[in-house]
Amino acid sequence: MSNVDQKVPFTEAVEAFDPLLGFEVHVELSTKSKMFCACPTEFGAEPNTQVCPVCLGLPGSMPVVNQDAIESTIKIGLALNCKIAESSRFARKNYFYPDMPKDYQISQYDEPICYDGYLDVEVPLEDGTKKSVRVEIERVHMEEDTGKLTHAGGATGRIQGADYSIVDYNRAGVPLIEIVTKVVPDTGALAPEVGRAYVTQLRDLVRGLKVSDVRMEQGSLRCDANVSLMPAGTSEWGTRTETKNVNSFKSVEQAIRSEIERQAAVLQSGGKVVQETRHYQETSGTTTSGREKTDAEDYRYFPEPDLVPVEPSAEWIEELRAGLPEAPAKRVARLQEAWGLSDFDMQSVVNAGALDVVEETVAAGVDQAAARKWWLGELARRANEQGVEIDQVGVTPADVAGIVALIDEGKINDKLAREVIDGVASGEGTPAEVVEARGLGVVSDDGPLIEAIDQALADNPDVVEKLREGNMQPVGVIIGAVMKATRGQADAGRARELIIERLG
Amino acid sequence: MTSETGNTLDVAAVARLAELARISLSDEELQRYSGQLDQILHSVDKVGEVAADDVVPMSHPQPLVNVTRPDVNKPCVDREEVLRQAPAVEDDRFRVPQILGEE
Amino acid sequence: MSESAISLNTELIKSSASALAAAIAHREISSREVTDAHLDRIEQVDEQVHAFLHVDAEGARAQADAVDAKVAAGDELPPLAGVPVGLKDVFTQRGIPTTAGSRILEGWRPPYDATVTTKLKGSGAVILGKTNMDEFAMGSSTEHSGYGPTRNPWDLDRIPGGSGGGSAAALAAFEAPLTVGTDTGGSIRQPASVTGTVGTKPTYGSVSRFGLIALASSLDQGGPCGRNVADTALLHQALAGHDERDSTSWAGEYPDVVAAAAKRDVKGMKIGLVKELSGEGYQAGVSQRFDEAVKVLTDLGAEVVEVSCPHFDYALAAYYLILPSEASSNLARFDGMRFGLREGDDGNHTVEQVMGLTRDAGFGDEAKRRIILGTYALSSGYYDAYYGQAQKVRTLIAQDFAAAFDQVDVLVSPTAPTTAFKLGEKLDDPVAMYLNDVATIPVNLAGNCAMSLPIGLAPEDGLPVGLQIMAPSFADDRLYNVGGAVESALVDSWGHDLISEVPAL
Ligand SMILES: [Mg+2]
Ligand SMILES: [Zn+2]
Repeated sequence: MSNVDQKVPFTEAVEAFDPLLGFEVHVELSTKSKMFCACPTEFGAEPNTQVCPVCLGLPGSMPVVNQDAIESTIKIGLALNCKIAESSRFARKNYFYPDMPKDYQISQYDEPICYDGYLDVEVPLEDGTKKSVRVEIERVHMEEDTGKLTHAGGATGRIQGADYSIVDYNRAGVPLIEIVTKVVPDTGALAPEVGRAYVTQLRDLVRGLKVSDVRMEQGSLRCDANVSLMPAGTSEWGTRTETKNVNSFKSVEQAIRSEIERQAAVLQSGGKVVQETRHYQETSGTTTSGREKTDAEDYRYFPEPDLVPVEPSAEWIEELRAGLPEAPAKRVARLQEAWGLSDFDMQSVVNAGALDVVEETVAAGVDQAAARKWWLGELARRANEQGVEIDQVGVTPADVAGIVALIDEGKINDKLAREVIDGVASGEGTPAEVVEARGLGVVSDDGPLIEAIDQALADNPDVVEKLREGNMQPVGVIIGAVMKATRGQADAGRARELIIERLG
Repeated sequence: MTSETGNTLDVAAVARLAELARISLSDEELQRYSGQLDQILHSVDKVGEVAADDVVPMSHPQPLVNVTRPDVNKPCVDREEVLRQAPAVEDDRFRVPQILGEE
Repeated sequence: MSESAISLNTELIKSSASALAAAIAHREISSREVTDAHLDRIEQVDEQVHAFLHVDAEGARAQADAVDAKVAAGDELPPLAGVPVGLKDVFTQRGIPTTAGSRILEGWRPPYDATVTTKLKGSGAVILGKTNMDEFAMGSSTEHSGYGPTRNPWDLDRIPGGSGGGSAAALAAFEAPLTVGTDTGGSIRQPASVTGTVGTKPTYGSVSRFGLIALASSLDQGGPCGRNVADTALLHQALAGHDERDSTSWAGEYPDVVAAAAKRDVKGMKIGLVKELSGEGYQAGVSQRFDEAVKVLTDLGAEVVEVSCPHFDYALAAYYLILPSEASSNLARFDGMRFGLREGDDGNHTVEQVMGLTRDAGFGDEAKRRIILGTYALSSGYYDAYYGQAQKVRTLIAQDFAAAFDQVDVLVSPTAPTTAFKLGEKLDDPVAMYLNDVATIPVNLAGNCAMSLPIGLAPEDGLPVGLQIMAPSFADDRLYNVGGAVESALVDSWGHDLISEVPAL
């Protein structure tokens, strides 16, 4: 649709209507093998190299359930305070699509493995305080992912206007967990923030269980947000829309806001909200119309006859419960207090996925500020560049502790530390071994330093003049030149002392 | 012919089902199948005569539960062997005609 | 070919599998000679019978030579070493065309072996080729094969039963001493009945379905076909066993059916006649031969009583809801995207249209009818009345069996209500065609086991009649014990095998 949707200003919209929210979050589990076959799940492999008759849906193939996927799902259910079903079953969801090899998805339908739970979400308010909102969980169930379509021909690489598509089935059959909430009522003007807080805190919780990478930008966590409006003061639920393609926490908030504004405009102009799938557009921050939900959409669910029921014993469930980590909210609060951090600083650690590594680095005797500085700075930058998790950059908390110790001892400076990190990351050994092997010790012998300073002073007479007048501001120019001359190996503090000395 | 439950499979119903089942039936097929299917429906309607409100449905012949496999990798199939069987291939992927739907 | 070679070949193709295995093991004959004799026979008669969709002469000879090398080396031999076998085309065999009798899979060469195929190879069997069948195993006559019907060697104008008509006809035409079939509603037993051969539907879960192209997953079961009870037991034992790639595979104990086939002792056994599987609708000659077989059992010392299984009257209706429902889903993957036929991909059709055109062109009438019916039975608003209700009827049928097996050791009935009918006779009347399976279907619904074996020719048409023996789940050995006893008594009374009466081709 080309015409732009009308909108009502947000404050007006939430005065006239009470928003009702609902969320369907899909989490891709990080098991070694797929949900129903032994193919690897690693990201980024050559197309169609992680496939077999089962995940390609070849005639005659049969699924067998991954034990770890069941355990991961039960863990998520327990962490979300769910009941675990005494008996649960897989079902087939039948519909045709070229990215789905069997033309049905093995999912769960009327007998999900986890049901009736909740997550208490802390929603940050403008005044700096927080409001606790309970989001009730309807169900947590297991299913399988689809293959990846690439659209070819046409101008945009998008599905509309493409001449044809090509399919890579490496992702087909990767375990997916779907977490469905009940309707979240009474959020009022806070609805967008509640949405963001829910998805963020759900991500933290799942990450804490170590069962998924939960990276929204890579698609291992996907959120569909359902929004409907109820005229204020009534209990008439409106028609809901389901917004897909919401790829970041901020987008969750914006998509809900935009959808509330749009639906309010539709209703206030006497129109009807269409029950449909909508797509969030990152660039405009709005949603656009997708597929209308029609009667033709009949998934013909029935119990998957190739699989038998899952009936976890009470002992098994208790064993899994006993192995659950501390609830993320509790853990964050505990560490925040121990480290004496502001909400903002603490959230930065959490968002960088650095909670574990910072905690371990501190446990290795490093000051929390130094630990955060390295993990959220240099190491986060590297993780980002390489597109990996922060604990995958090839540097361990013990390495960071070693580096910080070398700095504290004055053996290296920050700049050299980065070179040490290079060495550690490329497997050259411990930080001390890298310093030794690469000859990275700081130059503290005054001889070569004085030589470099004298040369720098001679090269910059105008700076020398200012320094002599007592204006110390441009001293950095000289230090910079000295650093360059010594290839960064000078001790900056000692250089500064010597410059003042040489100036007399 | 109308079945005992009152359900029928007339041409329009068969056409809708064929669409759901992704089979492009010709008009001749729709006509022919509609008659035959209605007759079959009439004969299978008999299941409704059994009083079975409190009977547990049987979806598996043997009472097995918790059949799982360990989370380990096994060799995949050879890509070339699989792609050789595909109707169309491009860039080591399965090539499929243009998709009209969403997503 | 010299006259002595011809008589040797005739002897070879008419030999039992057990005799061939023994002769090969004792170096009286090579597997290569046995294999060549059968390949020659196929060459001679299959144009008339059309039991095979694909003959893998080269592969068969290579397998035979490998067995002969083992024999020469004095290695220990697996039970079917060197014995030729026909494999129903519904099982995958790596690199060998596998079509399930459908045009939609024409030319497909699977990249993997079904577990049944692996087991055959492991037991030393020589796989001659793939046998004809009704498309995706939907049918009772093999007329629904996308590649033309198989004909009954007893009368080439008649059907060989279905869906495994190819596997049964191959036996009766002496093209193979053993074949593998699948039985979803009677597709092993009914063809056995109308071709004068033996066939068993093993207990659900005892033969792996991995690599068996699914028709109805909760009903399908692979099983053995042979010309006598002992041979069939030998193949049964080779195929059965737990498979971790099939979640519905049985991990418990399996009975020794080979020993049971040799036991042949029914003295003191209690045998039940199923009241609902007799009388109206059964051809006179069929009922007559059945009554005689029951008399044989009594003479052998068994106690015969009548039992009632009241819900069997609803079995056919439940079956024709459950099967199409599961089939409609199982056959969805045949969409022209990853393998097999693709129709209409000319740049002007969307993927939705290409799928629709492919499925219209690739599936035959029966497949399309059943997919539509199954789509209907599962669709919202109808599920409870149809699929859901049929699954409840299934429970009641299983309870009928349980109650019956509280009273008796095995149940018996005619396998099929009639002898082989003429090709084309029921092709346009699906409901009449479905009635062929009335006696075989209850076992598939409940999951237990059953066998069909020949008990004579119907006087009115001179065509074979089959006896069905049904036993509880995982009591497959009882089928072979009782079947072996009946067979040996009848063969003694006739003075020869029934199969030796099949007209020369
Ligand atoms: Mg889902
Ligand atoms: Zn796979």
